[in-house]
Amino acid sequence: MGIIIQQVSKNFGDFQALREINLDVKDGTLVALLGPSGSGKSTLLRTIAGLEQPDRGSIWINGQDTTYLDVRDRNIGFVFQHYALFKHLTVRQNIAFGLEIRKTPPKLVKEKTEELLGLIQLEGLGNRYPNQLSGGQRQRVALARALAVSPQVLLLDEPFGALDAKVRKELRAWLRRLHQEVHVTSVFVTHDQEEAMEVADYIVVMNEGKIEQVGTPTEIYDHPATPFVMSFVGEVNVLPSHVDLIPRNAKVREGAAFIRPHELEIVPLGAGEGTPAIVRHITHLGWETQVELELGDFEVTAHLSREQFLPLNLTLNQKVLVRSRNARFFSQVA
Amino acid sequence: MPSSNQLNRRTKWLLIGVAVGYLALILFIPATTLVYEAFHRGFMPFWEAVNTRFFQAAVSLTLITALICVPINTIFGLCAAWVIARNQFRGRALLMSIIDLPFSVSPVVAGLMLILLYGRIGWFGPLLESAGIRVIFALPGIVLATLFVTLPFVAREVIPVLEEMGSDQEEAARTLGAKDWQIFWRVTLPNIRWGLLYGVLLTNARAMGEFGAVAVVSGSIIGRTSTLPIFVEQVYKNYQTQGAFSAAVVLGLLAAVTLVVKDILEKRTHTI
Repeated sequence: MGIIIQQVSKNFGDFQALREINLDVKDGTLVALLGPSGSGKSTLLRTIAGLEQPDRGSIWINGQDTTYLDVRDRNIGFVFQHYALFKHLTVRQNIAFGLEIRKTPPKLVKEKTEELLGLIQLEGLGNRYPNQLSGGQRQRVALARALAVSPQVLLLDEPFGALDAKVRKELRAWLRRLHQEVHVTSVFVTHDQEEAMEVADYIVVMNEGKIEQVGTPTEIYDHPATPFVMSFVGEVNVLPSHVDLIPRNAKVREGAAFIRPHELEIVPLGAGEGTPAIVRHITHLGWETQVELELGDFEVTAHLSREQFLPLNLTLNQKVLVRSRNARFFSQVA
Repeated sequence: MPSSNQLNRRTKWLLIGVAVGYLALILFIPATTLVYEAFHRGFMPFWEAVNTRFFQAAVSLTLITALICVPINTIFGLCAAWVIARNQFRGRALLMSIIDLPFSVSPVVAGLMLILLYGRIGWFGPLLESAGIRVIFALPGIVLATLFVTLPFVAREVIPVLEEMGSDQEEAARTLGAKDWQIFWRVTLPNIRWGLLYGVLLTNARAMGEFGAVAVVSGSIIGRTSTLPIFVEQVYKNYQTQGAFSAAVVLGLLAAVTLVVKDILEKRTHTI
């Protein structure tokens, strides 16, 4: 059950959008396809939907081979980045569209539409037209419209990409709750790692048409499989492996060293071990402080919590010692 | 020295004056003259002129031509617009120019082309003659000429609306299970209706008003192959001024009716 993707490849002319993708989306989970633009994440989603045909490979949805099944017969819900609401129909008519196409009895259509209006918390706005709604409201209507036909899977293409930061944050939490209520297998595309971490059960990190890693948000962040994942998900300092601040207990010592900014420690000169460095820039980010340091030929960024930062009393151009609690090594540089 | 405010006001009134004067010269005065000439001896002369057999034959020929040409070119225009707006293919720009061709070709040339094809000594002339079909100097020729000159209007009006609409609403309808014809009736058509309606009205106005191309192929046999515009010219040449102006007023009224119909439709179905 769920979605099974086997050896799917897709070309657009000379451009290879998907390269032999294999992926298993478990029934009832919420999965994020995360990657930079051009990584193939949207193409993969549209291929699952049936809006694109794969050149090779097969796609199974809930045990049925849907590779060559028309999008209309797949019974999927699709949410577009720019809503794609029917402009000439009211909110209610938009939600009811799929049901009416399926010749659902009017009474049932009405019941289901009202129920969904409640679910998206727009009870009073059923008779409005899309252009009378805010972006966040429109996207909720688009979701309700997709859910109305009780789809086997829900597919969302950068659903919050066109919204401002505050609305985006609200809608993420809302989508999370909605998924707990509705529990339909869902796949959404995003280029925002924070969004993927916050919403998804599993994250699929994609790059150049390939899957780099599949895992829970924690696995992706704490145990990145490739240098690409490490640098795409969260900030990272990349240093040659011979640089001195790498902890003694680190096992591998070849290739490049990847260190998260919050894994760096700063101590005053003379207070124990560490590599000498000069403070070049201090940025206050509210709950943490970003310190840029110069280590000989290299620059590193450290993130300190307020508790770590305040006692240090750092000033610009001050000489300090830096050491790292952790480091990861990858033979090739991202 | 006048202040800049005064100057501004003067320029404003000057510009308004120029615009109104221009419109009066080109539009209002000629239209008023037409109505005056038709009615200045009272309503009865107008009624008599309108009540002749030849005049009524011209009106019905004009209406028949429009009734045939408008639906055909509406359907053609919709198909052409859809192909051009929704597909990227080689020769797309060329196809657009070809559809625009009737705009750039003089209607007289269009009429001549038809004569060269279907006339007695034309390419298909002998063939048609042996089959007993008359094209030139008959209704088929008038319809062909009208089809030619009204070809671009619907496509021209609908292409930009389709492009502006984008294909994502149609794609959304597909994901919701809608069949192609359901997508067309429920999603595409409501979105393009104003552009389409405007194209249809332009097609209709031109179909009723076309002179040049029809004059060449119709033979202008009064009472048989003369449409309203040709009738106007013929009676005017015969010094029947009353008849000419009366027919012209009726032709003008037909145009006014289409505009009113458009207005009513717009008000009634205007949702937002």
